[in-house]
Amino acid sequence: MGIQLYLYLSAILFMIGVVGVIARRNAIIVFMSIELMLNSVNLTLVAFSAFLGDVTGQMLVFFVMTVAAAEAAIGLAIIISLFRNKQTVNLDEINILKW
Amino acid sequence: MEITISDLWQSAPMVSLTLTGLVALLVESMKGGRTTAVYGLSLAGCALAFVFSLWSLGSEVIVFNGMILQGGYASYFSMVFTSSAFFTIVLSRPYMQRLHREQGVLYILILFATVGMMLMASAMDLIILFLGIELMSVCLYVLTGFVRTKVTSNESAVKYFLLGAFATGFLLYGIALVYGTAGTTNLKLISQSFAQLSGNSLFLMGAGLLVIAFSFKVAAVPFHMWAPDVYEGAPTPVTAFMSTGAKAAAFAAFVTVFIRTFAITGTPISEVVAFIAAASMILGNVTAIAQSNLKRMLAYSSIAHAGYMLSGIAAGSAEGETGILFYLAAYTLMNMGAFGIISWVEQQDDTKLTFDDYAGFSAQRPVVAAMLSVFMFSLAGIPPFAGFFGKYYVFLAAVKADLVWLAVIGVLTSVISVYYYLRLVMVMYFRDGNATIEERVPGFAFAVIGVIAALVILLGLYPSLVVDISKTFFKL
Repeated sequence: MGIQLYLYLSAILFMIGVVGVIARRNAIIVFMSIELMLNSVNLTLVAFSAFLGDVTGQMLVFFVMTVAAAEAAIGLAIIISLFRNKQTVNLDEINILKW
Repeated sequence: MEITISDLWQSAPMVSLTLTGLVALLVESMKGGRTTAVYGLSLAGCALAFVFSLWSLGSEVIVFNGMILQGGYASYFSMVFTSSAFFTIVLSRPYMQRLHREQGVLYILILFATVGMMLMASAMDLIILFLGIELMSVCLYVLTGFVRTKVTSNESAVKYFLLGAFATGFLLYGIALVYGTAGTTNLKLISQSFAQLSGNSLFLMGAGLLVIAFSFKVAAVPFHMWAPDVYEGAPTPVTAFMSTGAKAAAFAAFVTVFIRTFAITGTPISEVVAFIAAASMILGNVTAIAQSNLKRMLAYSSIAHAGYMLSGIAAGSAEGETGILFYLAAYTLMNMGAFGIISWVEQQDDTKLTFDDYAGFSAQRPVVAAMLSVFMFSLAGIPPFAGFFGKYYVFLAAVKADLVWLAVIGVLTSVISVYYYLRLVMVMYFRDGNATIEERVPGFAFAVIGVIAALVILLGLYPSLVVDISKTFFKL
C-alpha cells in the first residue's frame, strides 16, 4: 500500500475537523474537532516517517500528543470558568464582546 | 548526540529565565509565600536574561545538535521579549491590585510565556518552533482569562483558546507536509534544498498552511477575527504583552521560516503574503476609525501594523528582515507605552476606555498626556519618532523587491491612521474635561513609562543603533 492512501485519509480527517470547528456551536465539540485535526496530523507524520524511514516524524508525534494534553487541560479549565459565570458553553451565546 | 554544559551555558538567557520561573513557582507555593517576593524575583529574572542576551549579541552559535540558535538574531529578539515581559510585570501589579486579583502565578506565567517566545526566535528546527509557539500560547490563554470572575475575561479566553488551537492544527499540518517533502525538520537543511522543493505542490501546500498559521498568530487579515475581542476582554497589561511580545515572537518565527529559510522572492508564497499584507493594512486602518473603545482601536491598529511588517516579509530580502527587526523593537516600545497609560486611566468595571474619557487629560496630567502623545505620534509614523523609521525600512524593502503597489498602499493607509491616532491627542489637549488617573500609580511604573517614551524618541533619532546590529546577523 502506498503512502497516498494514508495522506488522503488524514487529509479527509483534517477537513472533517475544520468543518466541525466552523459549523458546530458547542465549545466542547469545537474543541473535540480541533483534537481530530491534531490527530490527523499525527497520522500524516507517522505515514511520512515510515515512508522516509526517518524517526523524526514519530518523535514529533510524541511532542504533539504531549502538547495536546496540556492544551486540553488548559482549554477545559477555561471552558469551565466560562460555564461558571454564564451557565452556557454555546458559542452563539458568548456575545458580550462582538464575536 | 549529547547535550553538553556548554550548550546550556550558551543558552543562558533562556536557561536563566526558566530557572527564575521555577524558583518563583517554589517561592509562591511555600507557606506564607509572598507575592511581592515573586514580583521582585520575576523582574530580576527578566533583567538578568536581558543582560545575558545583550552580552551574547555579538557571538552566534548553534547549540543542542543544530536545534537552537543562540546569540545574534535570537539574542536581539530575547532582548525585545524580556523588555516586554519586564514592562508587563511592572504594569500588571497596580492593575491587578486594583481588581484584588494579584497572584504570584501571573508573573510566573509571563516568565514562561517569554521563554516560549525566546524558543520561537531561536528555533533552528520546526519541532522547536512548534514547542515555542505552544509554550507561549498556553501561557497566554491562561493570562487572558486570568480575571476568573469577570465574564469578558472568560469569553475572550475561550475565543483566544479555540482560535489559537485551531491555528495550531494548521501549523502542525504545514510542518508535517514540509517534513514529508523535505525529509527533515531542520531549517538549515530545508533552506539548502529549497530550490528543488519550491516546485513540489505538496511542499507549497505545507508552506501555505504555515502562512495561515503564522497569520493567525500575528493577527493578519483574514485571520484577525480574534484580535479585537481578545484584546478588549483581556486584562489591559496582558493585552499589552500579547500585542507586543507575542506579536514580535510570531514575527520572529515568520521571518525565520519565510525569509531566513525559504527564499520566497518571486514565488507564489511572496504574492500570497503581499495580499495578506495589503488586506491587513486596509481593513485594520479603515475599521480602526470607527472604534470608540481605545483597546479595540489599538487592536485594529495592531492588525494594520502587522500588515506593514508583512510587506517586509513579502519582500523576502535582507532589507525586509532588517526593517521588521527595527519595526518590532519600535512597535513593542510604543504599544507597551500606550497600553500602559490606558491601563492607568481605565476603571475596574471596564469603563473610561473611550476617546471621550480623555477630555482634559493634558490639563490634569500634563506629563502623562505628553508621553501618550509621543506614543500616538510614533504609532502614526510621524518623524522623528521610532515608528516612522520602522515604516520607512519595510516600505523601502518592498519597493526594492518590485512591490511598489504594496508600498503605495502602505503609505496611503498610514495617512488614514493619522486620523484616529491624533484624534486621541486632540481630545486630550483641546477638549475640556476632568480625565485623570484615579488610583495612585507607583512612581516606579511612571519611571518605566518615561524610559519607554525616551527610547521611542531615541530610536527615532538614531535608528542606526538597531539597524547596524541587525545587519551583522548571519544568514542560514
